[in-house]
Amino acid sequence: MNLLLNLINGIGLGSIYAIIALGYTMVYGIAKMLNFAHGDVIMVGAYICFCTMSYLPLPGAAGTILGIILAMIVCTVLGIVIERLAYKPLRSAPSLAVLITAIGVSYFLQNSALLIWKSDPRVFTSVVAGWPGLELFGGQLRISAVTIVTILTNIVVMVGLTLFTGKTQKGKAMRAVSEDKGAAQLMGINVNSTISLTFAIGSGLAAVAGVLLCSAYPTLMPTTGSMPGIKAFTAAVLGGIGSIPGAMLGGILLGIIEIFAKAYISTQLSDAIVFAVLIVVLLIKPTGLLGKKINEKV
Amino acid sequence: MKKISKTTRSNIVTYAMVILAFVIMQSLIAGGQVSSALKGQLVPICVYICMAISLNLTVGILGELSLGHAGFMSVGAFTGVIAAMSLQTLPAPARLLLAIVIGGIMAAVAGVIVGVPVLRLQGDYLAIVTLAFGEIIKNLLNNIYVGVDGHGLHFSVTDSASLGLEGGIVLINGPMGAVGIEKLSTFLAGVLLILFVLTVTLNLIRSRSGRAIMAVRDNRIAAESVGINVTKYKLMAFVTSAAMAGMAGALYALNYSSVLPKKFDFNTSILVLVFVVLGGMGNIRGSIIAATVLTILPEALRAVNDYRMLLYAIVLILVMLVTNNPTLKNGWNVVKEKLAFWRKKTPVTAEKGGGADE
Repeated sequence: MNLLLNLINGIGLGSIYAIIALGYTMVYGIAKMLNFAHGDVIMVGAYICFCTMSYLPLPGAAGTILGIILAMIVCTVLGIVIERLAYKPLRSAPSLAVLITAIGVSYFLQNSALLIWKSDPRVFTSVVAGWPGLELFGGQLRISAVTIVTILTNIVVMVGLTLFTGKTQKGKAMRAVSEDKGAAQLMGINVNSTISLTFAIGSGLAAVAGVLLCSAYPTLMPTTGSMPGIKAFTAAVLGGIGSIPGAMLGGILLGIIEIFAKAYISTQLSDAIVFAVLIVVLLIKPTGLLGKKINEKV
Repeated sequence: MKKISKTTRSNIVTYAMVILAFVIMQSLIAGGQVSSALKGQLVPICVYICMAISLNLTVGILGELSLGHAGFMSVGAFTGVIAAMSLQTLPAPARLLLAIVIGGIMAAVAGVIVGVPVLRLQGDYLAIVTLAFGEIIKNLLNNIYVGVDGHGLHFSVTDSASLGLEGGIVLINGPMGAVGIEKLSTFLAGVLLILFVLTVTLNLIRSRSGRAIMAVRDNRIAAESVGINVTKYKLMAFVTSAAMAGMAGALYALNYSSVLPKKFDFNTSILVLVFVVLGGMGNIRGSIIAATVLTILPEALRAVNDYRMLLYAIVLILVMLVTNNPTLKNGWNVVKEKLAFWRKKTPVTAEKGGGADE
């Protein structure tokens, strides 16, 4: 029973990683850059939701829902602005330059948050935390409401995103750009707006992930986003960066590994185990679990 | 008399700059004109200069991004502390030297362990694995306990009580880090370490191996097809870089009474990367200047302390935009050429890349 509970908790944590990893993987697939600032967009989203719930006295779920909507709007706009100001001018620059710019943006967001919201941790009280969890097998297996909501959200996001990239015109354009930018442009696809759209979706999802993350682990600080960001990034690489099902698989696997390592091996060493798994996977399959192998042409 | 080549001249300028800075600082200290805050910064400045030179070898010369350089620094720091503290009988300078050497060797070993499998990967994948490695080292050091007594060294992974010490001292106490360190590092030792690291790096760059390393950076496939053993040269640069980071780490740790494993996290790796990027990738002298200025800057910016890191981030983004965006870059080059003309010199474009590209 304990094993089952750990598995479900692992999937819950993994779902959060998966949603964050989607942002990394979509941006990488389309713009071939590692968006290090993504983890900090999560933090901004969580703060926006927190502020809405604290300063607007709305009853119960209404505050949370408004908070999530506002957080998504702010993060989407933030994502587009970051892309326009910092990344777009470097479209043709070497990847190292873009990566360091992304690190600069990450610092910028963290320190702005430090100035606006100060460094003392806030306690994030989600309305979901008050809901009764699910009890199975006569109370032997208790699953918290947060975990259920997280897993359900993840499923909705995955189905939505799969339909979007598979069925809609914009989604197809997105796949085309990630396949071959030049050819996509010749087919009349507006590459720049497609990249902006990708950033917008990724950042919007980051806001959702931020709220879910802080519902499950209710301490909010300007550095809240960085460790989950690094782990989700690891998850994206584990699943094969650039692949949407890969991000899903990588995220959930990472969550399960982390919870199992904590439960059965050592709490302190869980991070080391997670990263060691990543290294082993990359050595066996250098492009990740579901990544495509790219042959070099000279 | 043999004519001195441009690179040699450039290298001599670099050495002279370090020695001159040392002499000036020493005379200022003798004259009592240096604030105690700045005096406390002297050894860290030397450490960060060594770290920047060392990372520049990986990022600028080898062309691979390492996001876990602080990991090697911490390996050097903790093994250096163990070495210096367990050999109480030797005189202080010998202990410091031994700590730096052992720190360097252990970091080199870590470099080989990480490098052999990891350097097969490319680009962003290599970066993420070095990041993962840095996090693993930090995590492991949080769980290691080392003590010393009459019987020698004791190791444990559970807690300091299980070390079974008989009257000895605890050297490394898990999450509390290295404790009770004697302050052995001096400014002179720091400058000597900088000169050593400089000599190794500049000579490596100018050697046959150095040219092979840069060939791998510029075009791996072309280098491979003219018979360069890519893995060997990548590993050579990576391990040298790791060893130098370990030496810097040992010097750093022996400058404080206690050091936390948390100190050597992702942010420290990034800090050093910023020095390298702002100084110019592949330009060793640039790294030295950037590391010095950016370590002193926070002291100078005390007045705007709250906004310090924000300014830092903005400067970083702007420098990357100005030096990499085609439109802005052209504008910048025009300004630089005008400046160069004004100083009655050859256009700056001719000396692009400093001494590294000869």
